[in-house]
Amino acid sequence: MTEGPNHFTLSCPIPIQEYPAVLLAHGGGGRLTQMLIERMFLPTFHNPALETLHDGVVLEVGGARLAFTTDSFVISPIFFPGGDIGELAVNGTVNDLAMCGARPLYLSLALILEEGFPMEDLWQVVRSVQEAAQKAEVEVVTGDTKVVDRGKGDGIFINTSGVGVIPEGVEIAPQRVCPGDVVLISGAIAVHGIAILSVREGLEFETTLESDTAPLSELVGTLLRATGPQVHMLRDPTRGGVASALNEIAASASVGIVLEEAHIPIGDEVKGACEILGLDPLYVANEGKCLAIVAKEVAETALEALRSHPLGREAAIVGRVVEEHPGTVILRSRVGGKRIVDMLSGEQLPRIC
Amino acid sequence: MKYIDEYRDEIAAQRYVEAIRQTVTRPWTLMEICGGQTHTILKFGLDRMLPREVTLVHGPGCPVCVTPMELLDKAIAIASRPGVIFCSFGDMLRVPGSHQDLLMVKAEGGDVRMVYSPLDALKLAQQNPDQEVVFFAVGFETTAPANAMAVWQAQQMGLRNFSILSAHVLVPPAIEAILNAPGNEVQGFLAPGHVCTVMGYWEYEPIAERYQVPIVVTGFEPLDILQGLFMTLKALEEGRREVENQYARSVRREGNVQAQRLIQQVFEVTDRAWRGIGVIPRSGLRLREEYAEFDAERRFDVAEMAVEESPECIAGLILQGRKKPPECLAFGTRCTPEHPLGAPMVSSEGACSAYYRYTREA
Repeated sequence: MTEGPNHFTLSCPIPIQEYPAVLLAHGGGGRLTQMLIERMFLPTFHNPALETLHDGVVLEVGGARLAFTTDSFVISPIFFPGGDIGELAVNGTVNDLAMCGARPLYLSLALILEEGFPMEDLWQVVRSVQEAAQKAEVEVVTGDTKVVDRGKGDGIFINTSGVGVIPEGVEIAPQRVCPGDVVLISGAIAVHGIAILSVREGLEFETTLESDTAPLSELVGTLLRATGPQVHMLRDPTRGGVASALNEIAASASVGIVLEEAHIPIGDEVKGACEILGLDPLYVANEGKCLAIVAKEVAETALEALRSHPLGREAAIVGRVVEEHPGTVILRSRVGGKRIVDMLSGEQLPRIC
Repeated sequence: MKYIDEYRDEIAAQRYVEAIRQTVTRPWTLMEICGGQTHTILKFGLDRMLPREVTLVHGPGCPVCVTPMELLDKAIAIASRPGVIFCSFGDMLRVPGSHQDLLMVKAEGGDVRMVYSPLDALKLAQQNPDQEVVFFAVGFETTAPANAMAVWQAQQMGLRNFSILSAHVLVPPAIEAILNAPGNEVQGFLAPGHVCTVMGYWEYEPIAERYQVPIVVTGFEPLDILQGLFMTLKALEEGRREVENQYARSVRREGNVQAQRLIQQVFEVTDRAWRGIGVIPRSGLRLREEYAEFDAERRFDVAEMAVEESPECIAGLILQGRKKPPECLAFGTRCTPEHPLGAPMVSSEGACSAYYRYTREA
């Protein structure tokens, strides 16, 4: 019998000697997550829709194009500066749909609660879900509730799934990215990740930073109306940050990407926190930012469109797509040197000194 | 951003590169001691901006990398025990021991926590009086004062459930070991700015004199490094062999005397094994007898262990600047950050990690 990637096998495809147990990094959005997807999930469930590997999937149903996606939220602490787990659970799924070019319509809401979780907190989270849904113009139309024994959960976990419709003429796919295209970011990076870190136990530092969590569907709508089919790819750089998102795009599109460090918008507070903690902001999570890759001819129009929306005021052109070094992201540093921006391996761990 | 952007200015950087180009008349080999400097060099692509005559080799200044495997295995054994909260700086967690790393201990149920300061570990000990809190005290002279402070405070508070596993190492003996090694090619050093902030640079003067090498105390921003390189090369070309201070905004000749006093009060100098290099005489710090009760090695009585180093890993040669990471046959193939054979591939100050992250395929 031949062992192909599509061959059904009962032995675990993840090398047991290396990883006998799941590590946190398997869920970190970096290389280990990718390894799980490539070696365990893709070969097991293989189908053309799954293999597009986008934030959401595009399905043709009765002549309409639907976008469908799901996401789970396990953030700690559940209330953080600028938002909470409920708002995040709506915006995360809404944004995954928006990154398919879709207008988000309906959400499901599944709650896994730990015995003893304060009812007051639950009410606050549910209210946030409602407010965020209203703001993003989506409806929560189905749901589920489970409770686990005390000590078997972390207060509350949320899963949301969502569907949306893709307007005619819009086609967002990594395969459409081609050399000459221009890379834009809708605003300052790494805000969410640093805002969360600032309230983590053992790490509290004083800052006025708030998470950037926001629904991006309206911003994306504005962009698509201005530039139409010339938008080739959209991505919200959440876990793993801008670096991981661009690496994935470069790999699926078989193109190179060149970033200009000096053009990447980043706030002073975020920059300072990253310097102190030894973190690279390119790998820090965002929850209300969008990367757009557009045809060169519409770059300025796209920039204007993004900047015309309140969520895109700090938008900037940060890089370009090239034919050279396919699959690799290169950064031209502030001092004029060059280096690669690799996919994150494991979690970003703060340094010693 | 203030105090950062000034040291990353492109025009100023070009000016230093040009000055270096005009100064250099023959090939020179320089070593930056600190892994933080190595990362700046590769992250900003400084090595590729320099004239061909200048060869940079990377030094042993990665505390995580030089922590001996035996001590790491001891840490893993202690962390696996029930009733122990094991605290460590983040970059130690993924360093491979003989069979496991600390993150795997955590995944298997061990209480391993990442802390930012030994004082956080001390706080944990106060909050959890029924548990043993152990801090993995890794680092050069830079982290020694804070670790000494934690032990001193633990004694003042009469804490019975706090201890440290000391893996402290010292820079000057390592520089001497490199200079004494047969076949050494290093002609000048960038000394580590943060170590010198604590210790000053008077210790380096006899080394510069005895071995006739220029040593320039250097910071960590791109312009610091370029200026440090320029100063070292200028001294070499002019025949001067002395200690100079590029990082004057942070370092004084005598250093931070108060911090030094605290280190001396709690620690004493001892011989220390460096991973991949071997024992260097008088190159480490251990707790003084008066503080022996805070020594995790004594408290937990971990047996001597037989360690298994990867036969393929050339970390020792990398850490002495004898080889560069891409010269290793396993680099980027059998040794990656996901599956490291040695510590320099996973530490945020490790040379292999810097080459892997910033230079592959570029």
